[in-house]
Parts: sequence; C-alpha cells; structure tokens
Amino acid sequence: MPTVSEPAAIELTGVSVRYRLPRERVASLKEFAIRWAQGRVEYVDLWALTGVSLEVPPGEILGVIGRNGAGKSTLLKTIARVLHPTAGRVIVRGRVAALLDLGAGFHAELTGRENVYLYGTLLGHTRAEVDAVFDDVVGFAELEAFIDAPLRTYSTGMIARLGFAVATCRFAEVLLVDEVLAVGDASFQEKCLKRMDDYRRRGAAMVFVSHSADTVRQVCHRAAWLDLGHLAALGPANEVLGAYFAA
Amino acid sequence: MLDCLIMSGTLPPPGASLPVYDSAERPGAFVEEGQALLRYRDLVVQLVSRSVKARYKRSFLGVAWTMVNPLLTMTVLTLVFSQLFRSPARDYALYVLSGLVMWNFFAQSTTAAMSDLMWGGGLMARVYLPKSVFALAALGTGLVNLLLALVAYAVISLVLGVPPMWSWLLLPIPVAAVGLFALGMALALSAAAVYFADVMPTYEVLLTAWLYLTPVIYPLDLLPEPVQLWLRWNPMLWFVESFRSVLYDGRIPDAVTLAVTFGLGLAMLALGWWIFTRKAREYAYRV
Repeated sequence: MPTVSEPAAIELTGVSVRYRLPRERVASLKEFAIRWAQGRVEYVDLWALTGVSLEVPPGEILGVIGRNGAGKSTLLKTIARVLHPTAGRVIVRGRVAALLDLGAGFHAELTGRENVYLYGTLLGHTRAEVDAVFDDVVGFAELEAFIDAPLRTYSTGMIARLGFAVATCRFAEVLLVDEVLAVGDASFQEKCLKRMDDYRRRGAAMVFVSHSADTVRQVCHRAAWLDLGHLAALGPANEVLGAYFAA
Repeated sequence: MLDCLIMSGTLPPPGASLPVYDSAERPGAFVEEGQALLRYRDLVVQLVSRSVKARYKRSFLGVAWTMVNPLLTMTVLTLVFSQLFRSPARDYALYVLSGLVMWNFFAQSTTAAMSDLMWGGGLMARVYLPKSVFALAALGTGLVNLLLALVAYAVISLVLGVPPMWSWLLLPIPVAAVGLFALGMALALSAAAVYFADVMPTYEVLLTAWLYLTPVIYPLDLLPEPVQLWLRWNPMLWFVESFRSVLYDGRIPDAVTLAVTFGLGLAMLALGWWIFTRKAREYAYRV
C-alpha cells in the first residue's frame, strides 16, 4: 500500500449533493413569474448524496456498490467536477479521466478522425496533445482501416472502442469507471482492463462503479457501499460485499 | 487482469505541477469560467468545425447554401420593396443585402448559442467543460457563415457593376463590435433558456419584430424625423449603420458610431458573462 505521507488522490469530506426540482414542472417564464410573485414556487429536494467522506490514495482501486439510485453515478460526477457539491468538500489531485458514457460527444456525420479530435478536446486535451497520441489511439482501438469513414458507418463495438481509446489516451492520476467494461468483445475488454491496470501501477487512483459483485471482489482493494446517498459501509472489498448481501 | 493482491507498483513521479481541484477553493465562476475557456480553446475550434462540416456534409449544394440563402431573401425583398419604396436608395439590392448579411450573423449566432447549449446539455451532465464554449462556438460558426455571405455580396456587387471598395478592409471593426454584442446576448439568452423552455421560441418571434424596427430592409431617412430619433435607442441600428457604412457606403464609421457600437458591445458582453457565469455551476443539474 502507498506510504502514509502521500496525499490522497481523491478526498471527499462530508459531501452532499442536492437536486432541487420544482414540484410541478414550471417551464414557462410567465408561469414562473406568476408563481414567484405569489410565492408559490415549491421545490422537492432530492438528496443524491448526504455527508459522504472517503479517500482514495494513489494506486488504489475503490469499488462502489449500491442499488439503482443510491448515488453511485452522482458520486463519480462530483469527483469529475461535473456537479459542484451542495455541501462538503471535494479535492482531486491530478488529471481525471472519466470513463462514463464513452463517446457521449461523438458526432455521427463526422469521420472517426474528426471525432477523435472533437472528443479529445471535449475531455480537456489540447489539439497538440491529441496530435501526439493520435496514432496510439487509432492503434489501440484497432480502427486503422476505418478512421476516415463517417462514424455512422461504425458498429456499436467500434464506437465503444474508439471512446475508450480516446478517454484513456493519456495517463491520468484519477480514473473514474462506470460499468463501461460491459462493452466490446472479450478480447477488447481484456485490453481495457490491462490498460487500466497499467495506469494503476503507475500510481493512478481508481473509482470503479459496478453492479457485479464478482468484478468488484476481483478488482478492488476496498469498496464503498452507498445506500440512498449515505455511505453505508467502507472497507475491504470482501467485508463490504458481505455486509451488502446480508442486508 | 487487475489483481488487488499484487503489490501497488511504482509510485507516481513527484510531479509538482499536478492540477489540483478543490471544490472549496474554486475561484468565483466569473473568473473560473474564463480560465477554463482559455484552456478549452481548441474545443471551441473543434465545435465550430463540427457544425460547419455537419451542416454541409450531406447536402447537395454544400457550403453554397450560405450564399444561396441571403441571395434568395434579397431577391424577394428587392422585388417587393423597390416597387413599394420607389427605389429610395441607390443599388437597393446591395443596400438590403449589406444589412441582411449582418443581421443574419447576429440572429444566427444568438439562436444557435441557445440550441447548442441545449444540445450540449447531455454532455454537461457527463463531462466537465466550461459551458460558455457553446456560445463561443456559435459565434465562431456565425463568423464562418458571415465570411461566406460576404463573398456572395462581393460577387453580386461586381455583377451589379459596383467595384470592390478599399473600405472593405475595415470590415473586421464593425464585425468585432457586433460580435461582442452578439456574444453577450447569446450568453444571457442561453442562461435563460436553460431554465425556461419558452425563451427560444419567444426570442425568435421578437427577432422578427426587431428586424423591422431596424433599418435593414428600408432606409432610415424614409421615416419621419421623430421616429428616427426614437429608433436611435435600438442598439442594432448602430451596428447595422456602422457595418453598412464600411460595406455599402465605402466610408469609415464616424467616431460617435464607433464609440457607441463598441460601448454597447462591451457592456452587453459584461452583462451576458455575469448572468451566464452566475448560474454556470447549476446547468449540469438542470439540462
């Protein structure tokens, strides 16, 4: 395990995230103005996370388990700074590669090549940085022959491969993984796992959200169990999984 | 395969310059959004090239659409209004077109900024990115289209026997002023559009009304004196006039016009940026 002196790559202290939804959907400006004037704008507060504290040191893989709607994705989004926490504090040391919904920024009419640049810059890389890894990306995705064809001619598997290759094209100190390993064929999954393991050995901290207990047991050092936004358990993967299934 | 029992491997190199994100120590959104935008400038370029390419890739006329569109509008307007106004301005066709080209740039950039932010809604819920990239990309796309429309203008101008003018070289000046104004409007409008679905259709209706309150298709001096004075309160009048003076009259805009247009542009941009960034952290929750 990493030395004690090393600061955690991810540090969450009492993090809460609140989704505030109008009780009735107020979509029109006029309606809002009327309701606001009458003091009738009512909200439903939905706490997706409440007071979650945890740390992930470099080189560690933390599995996150819990039922649907327990706040797993919200947790990843808070770390990826997609969502600003309503309360509490999030500290992330290093670059973040978020493997959530791979290829969310792809455009069907553009070629594979154009999409690599679009998605790469979308993930915060500069054009020059994408230039430098372009051949690796295409090679990793095994798409050399198709890279100048429009994306709409790609199969789902090809798109997923390209998405993973771009998302992991450069080393990141923090990897956020949300069930993406379910895509691609077995040999490509193997390749993805290998790359993530490479990054971990180089010191990347990983947060891994999964529904599969087997994968979590196999892959993760520790696990966090989220239940309705609360951290129900945090500890060695086996113990947390045991408690989760006992509940 | 990943294996937790394997020793943890090498520690990361002591990279002193690692970026650190601390949610408690974020600068104000007004500043942070600007810093992030600077870092994501290549994304803006990619988004512009995406929308330019995607728009034209599968259509038969391709890029020519940008030129055909104002051309057809101009033809219709010229046919209708040159009869109605008894040719009030010389080369009425060019008069209309010079105004329309700029108006389209403004109208397209502001509406595209709204729809792009909506399109980007799905993205913002998945990856972090400065939300203002969409407004800036809409402006960039508008500039590309403006450039193509100006080529069309030059061609038509030649066909009508009006030679190119040296003042055209000064076009970036009025374009910069209206660009600042359009970006400010785009930011303010798209911030509102995130919260209220009816902002976009309402704005489109208002745009039509706004067009008729601006001397784009009619000459200002056709109106009675008092009405002309009232129309001076319309910011778009100033932008159209300064743009037209360079493109159509072959004159450098006077100092008053320059001061007013850049003053309006900068003020609108500051206002739009303030409105937009005030809520920037909430968009991922809302769209």
